[in-house]
Amino acid sequence: MSIDFGRPTVTWRTPWTSGVVDVRTAVVLGVLVLVTVLLGLYSLTIGSFRLGLGEVVGALTGTGDDRARLLVVDWRLPRLLFALLSGIALAMAGAIFQSLTRNPLGSPDVIGFDAGSYAGASVVILLVGSTRYLDIAAGAVAGGLATAVAVYLLAYRRGVLGFRLIIVGIAVGAMLSSLTSYLMLRAGTQQAMSVAAWGAGSFSALGWEELRPFAAILACLIVLVLPLAAPLRQLELGDDSSRALGVAAERVRLAATVSGVALSALVTAAAGPIPFVALVSPQIAHRFLHRAQLALLPAAVTGAALLVAADAVAQLLTISTGLATVTVGGLYFLWLLVREYRRS
Amino acid sequence: MIGDPDPASVGVADPVAESSAARDEKDALRPGIAAGSRLRLIGLLAAVAVLMGTIWLSLVVGAERIPLGDLWRALSSDENAHVHAVLWELRIPRTVTALVVGPALGVCGALIQAYTRNPLADPGILGVNAGAALAITLALGLTEITSPTGYVWFAFAGALIGTVLVYAAGSAGPGRPTPEKLTLAGVAIAAVLGGITQVLTLKNAQVFAGSLQWSIGSVGGRSLDLVGALAPFIAVGLGLAMLAAHPLNALALGEDLGRALGARVNSTRALTVVAVTLLAGGATAIAGPIGFVGLMVPHGVRWFTGPDQRWIIPCTAVASAILLIASDILGRIVLPTGELQVGLVTAFVGAPVLVVLARRRSAHGL
Repeated sequence: MSIDFGRPTVTWRTPWTSGVVDVRTAVVLGVLVLVTVLLGLYSLTIGSFRLGLGEVVGALTGTGDDRARLLVVDWRLPRLLFALLSGIALAMAGAIFQSLTRNPLGSPDVIGFDAGSYAGASVVILLVGSTRYLDIAAGAVAGGLATAVAVYLLAYRRGVLGFRLIIVGIAVGAMLSSLTSYLMLRAGTQQAMSVAAWGAGSFSALGWEELRPFAAILACLIVLVLPLAAPLRQLELGDDSSRALGVAAERVRLAATVSGVALSALVTAAAGPIPFVALVSPQIAHRFLHRAQLALLPAAVTGAALLVAADAVAQLLTISTGLATVTVGGLYFLWLLVREYRRS
Repeated sequence: MIGDPDPASVGVADPVAESSAARDEKDALRPGIAAGSRLRLIGLLAAVAVLMGTIWLSLVVGAERIPLGDLWRALSSDENAHVHAVLWELRIPRTVTALVVGPALGVCGALIQAYTRNPLADPGILGVNAGAALAITLALGLTEITSPTGYVWFAFAGALIGTVLVYAAGSAGPGRPTPEKLTLAGVAIAAVLGGITQVLTLKNAQVFAGSLQWSIGSVGGRSLDLVGALAPFIAVGLGLAMLAAHPLNALALGEDLGRALGARVNSTRALTVVAVTLLAGGATAIAGPIGFVGLMVPHGVRWFTGPDQRWIIPCTAVASAILLIASDILGRIVLPTGELQVGLVTAFVGAPVLVVLARRRSAHGL
């Protein structure tokens, strides 16, 4: 006797394992992974020196010539992996915040992280006067985390509610971006432009050396985040209902907030702000899946595909990745919205 | 169990409690502290008196302090040429600018909040700022224009195009453009336009400097000609807002009930959108993006007048002018040397107010 979930599912039961898989989710995941792989292979062929697809595959499997190996494995692959992993991290952060705030516009920006990291970076560049990569990254993460904590505390009143979090985040974010603009206006154009260039977000300066710690930290964070999916989904039903189901609402919310902020802090430290991926990926995933519950894995894969595509566009147009995500992601999101409105 | 019965969560969790939307609606219809028309009229007149005082302060306060008694003499004669010039070339233009821009921002916010029945709605969400910023960047990059007087029409056109784009995307398909549709479309279009703007500005230092300068809203340094050129649009916008006030009252009860009361839903919506576009576009073209005025003032005013748009709109106009002029005065005196742009002042004053409001028990009304 199987339960009717209202959508096609596949159930299996063996002596050791059992489970239910939603057919649509599985198909969507498969297609997205395929698309990501194809996009990734394509993005390895582009650059100042174009390679054929055969050469890329050859270099990856170790049969190609040295020059192709150098280009593909040493130079282009780390950038691609950065885009892929950052997409996963940002999309998960976005999915967590959208579930937490029960709002399609929820993303780590909501809690002021982005505005805070931008302000932190501009303080390092403009007031401290350093343009060292590590200094800027540290300033950005410190600014982002401090802002996130401030917003959380300001919104805390016998518990944090998604709604209050959004308003406080908007207020603090507006204040910080005013501060940043003021600092930039007071500084020279050249310095202000280096802040803006950092703020545009790019993977181009990153190599294998940076990738290893990045990937290790990301793996730890994902392990921490995955068990939060179930209680977060119950939290979507409202505080009282989820408490009745045995969810420690406040604790889950805090853990989810911390891990969501940590995920986006990781990406910001490495590449600068990559906007819109966190906001759009979960929304696109919901539209693929035809349901609005928290879906970490589909969102993550969507984010990976999106950021790999955006990074390829950025390389083709020689603009920075962050600007490509805003433009490409924004246009795609708009197209999805209009199509949905047409249909309804 | 958390004891705070914040409706934002209770509305979802507890089927017995009212839905949060119903509460919001009720909140929007809550009477103000001024119960009768006479009290409201007295309030409005008092606000006008305060406005006069603020204008006077705005003329005398600044780096060059003008003694109270000398104002009239300094205005009419140029025996002290320096003071005369300061008044006519700096103080009066910026006061007039604030006097024109303030009401436009405030009334625009009131209209958007009434139209979307979303108390958090702000002119910024409608793509106004993003459209104007892109247009100005294009003007700076592609033409020889470098001054506000030169690019004001670009800003105005950009703001109008931004609003039309958001509105068109938000109203695609059957059904009316709901607040959610408009907000999402606004976010998406603002992101796209903002991304293009950033790409363009990062390629050219001069364009970058110009658009950074514009991105902080200010009422200083605008010529009276510039303000005078856009003031008619704002005046028309304010007139349309007053025309829309009465039917918006009926629509506040919900679309069906409003229709039953004889409000013409579609023409009211069209009127409101045209008014919002003119007001926000005009204000942003003159002064650049100035936040929080359109968000906060209608709230404060509603708390006093109650939900009647026919009172909210004129009171908001006066109160926003007061707020903007006062913020400008504050920006002039807060630093030991130099001054803060009014956009920075409203952000730094507005943000804490918003936080305090959000922490209040009835925060869902925001």
